Amino acid sequence: MDKLAAEEIYYEMIRGRAFEYAAKEHYMQGDISGFLHLDIGQEGLSVAAIKAFEKGDVFSTYREHIMAMARGISPKAVMAELFGKAAGVSEGKGGSMHLFDPSHFFYGGDAIVGGHIPNAVGCAYARKYQNNFDGVMVVFGDGATNGGAFFESLNIAAAQKLPLLFLCENNRYAIGTEITRVAPFEKQSHKAEPYMPALEVDGMDAVAVYKVIKDAQAYIQKGHGPIFVEAMTCRYEGHSMSDANRYRSAQEMALCKARDPIERMKRVLTERFGMDEDAIGALEAKAQQEVDEAVAFAAQASEPAPEALYTHIFVEGGSHALS
Amino acid sequence: MLYREALNKALDETMDLDENIVVLGEDVGLYGGSYRVTEGLYAKYGEKRLIDTPIAELSIVGNAVGMAIGGLRPVAEIMTANFALLAFDQIVNHMAKLHYMSAGKITLPMVVRFPQGVSKQLAAQHSESYEQMLCAVPGLRVLAASDVNYAYHALKHAIMSDDPFLFIEHELLYNKKGEVDTETPIDPFKARIVKEGKDVTIVSYLKMVDDVMAAVPKIEEALGCSCEVIDLCSLNPVDYETLKKSIEKTSRLVMVEEDHKTGGYGAQIVSWAAEEIFYALDAPPLRIAGKDTPIPYNRTLELASIPTPDSIAEEIVTWSRKNNV
Ligand SMILES: Cc1ncc(C[n+]2csc(CCOP(=O)(O)OP(=O)(O)O)c2C)c(N)n1
Ligand SMILES: [Mg+2]
Repeated sequence: MDKLAAEEIYYEMIRGRAFEYAAKEHYMQGDISGFLHLDIGQEGLSVAAIKAFEKGDVFSTYREHIMAMARGISPKAVMAELFGKAAGVSEGKGGSMHLFDPSHFFYGGDAIVGGHIPNAVGCAYARKYQNNFDGVMVVFGDGATNGGAFFESLNIAAAQKLPLLFLCENNRYAIGTEITRVAPFEKQSHKAEPYMPALEVDGMDAVAVYKVIKDAQAYIQKGHGPIFVEAMTCRYEGHSMSDANRYRSAQEMALCKARDPIERMKRVLTERFGMDEDAIGALEAKAQQEVDEAVAFAAQASEPAPEALYTHIFVEGGSHALS
Repeated sequence: MLYREALNKALDETMDLDENIVVLGEDVGLYGGSYRVTEGLYAKYGEKRLIDTPIAELSIVGNAVGMAIGGLRPVAEIMTANFALLAFDQIVNHMAKLHYMSAGKITLPMVVRFPQGVSKQLAAQHSESYEQMLCAVPGLRVLAASDVNYAYHALKHAIMSDDPFLFIEHELLYNKKGEVDTETPIDPFKARIVKEGKDVTIVSYLKMVDDVMAAVPKIEEALGCSCEVIDLCSLNPVDYETLKKSIEKTSRLVMVEEDHKTGGYGAQIVSWAAEEIFYALDAPPLRIAGKDTPIPYNRTLELASIPTPDSIAEEIVTWSRKNNV
């Protein structure tokens, strides 16, 4: 990773964290509602994975604000979506869990655990069909690896040698249930091993994530079929704003935070690339400003028109491949 | 007592009575349930009877069927109705049919608890109602609890019955307050007359019962009439007797439901009225239901997609005036 890439990743990580804290604050003030899942603690993984998987399609979950922004969707359009406004990336219809933007090859934003994995398999089939081996990256949690959709997808992707990168964000919890209470092992890559190469990476280390995803994409680009990457990570907040996070001890949380991905990336910038505190401070100020502007934009943006309830149920104007 | 506490009490008392009763689902044990319905039960009954499952809805219901075959009385909790779609094969092909296909040799004493409905801005994948699908499956008993006392008695009945039950709860009712009368048993298949009246029968269930009750004063004031409000309670089988008696008295029928109108559950009630008691009606029945759209996130659009006390009052008043009710 060169200095430019490192700086960009660091910037998006701190912007992501500032964004998530702003979302939390505005949730508590009532500007945002529904289920809000914060990605705090996992920023290094989200940003570095997306930046490394530069070309290709991405399918993600409900914990996707930072990934969506790393793909190029503007913080304004994401925050406006959280506020339920017409200027939001899904025009206020989707909310926090449903950010979609095909112009950035970003397909959600899915809130049925594991439900998007078969969709990613199908998209990978389409890409292979089109002779495009940049492939598809599908992101899911440890909890999703216990469902049938996941196992069916491993099998089909491997049988059909599809260009698909499975990225498991293993934060060891599905809401309040610790992974080892509902699976026979802590590392979910064991489930993929019979089907495809399964790599493991420290998800709190953005540099390592960047490298492993680059390598993984290079593998699928060769047409060898799918690959699995498991990133061990940790979310700092509750599962969503509705979860009080009572099932993890103060000690467990402290161990988590000692691995903080932002502090770690900052050391890369200062120690490896010789950036000074002033330059870093300037990045932080810029990130905060960008988030403040996103909030101001979302707050003043207009509500969707009442007719929006009935639009987008079907293709507008009834387009048809035969007409 | 709160609605969720009434459900908890029903689980606790039946579990205490019969050690074959087990509860399974996501976060039901150690965590206490995402709507806190199973709170305290893990500490009391342990992990053998409060089973924390992975996120695998097909297996939750499928395993419950097998547990019932094996001699247990499972109570499965689905976190939200939309996730139960993953379990529909088990619900429809296994839970509903094994008793029939085996000529009664297999019985499935089991319950699937089913929280559903529009809550607050949870968007399209977390807001739907599926009673219309469940009631289209012969072999399932489908109850819908709108009331705290009913929730307690009906859940107990469902758990102790030897038939497979779908027990529908509404996500906005968990903190509803009410009295539980433990002394007076109820028939869970009987509709509940929530309010007596003589001019129009308004039928609903789940949270819409509360919304109808909130609309009634406005309707009665605007029309100078009196409304009879019925909570169906049991969606399959339906207590047509109670409906018939009421409609013969009022000669008008309004059906209020939250699910999408096309193919919605209330179509069954209205079609029954058209077939069976047509001549008792003085006006075409009115159906008030959710719009035929996915549920949007934005609060204003979300509220526009389902009946609210205001829209219920407005639609009934307009309908009455049009039909000289
Ligand atoms: C099919 C389905 N079942 C249950 C849920 C409720 N639910 C939402 S997120 C979640 C936990 C997911 O955990 P994991 O996959 O590890 O992802 P994380 O939230 O930790 O990122 C659950 C149970 C759901 N959305 N979809
Ligand atoms: Mg997890």
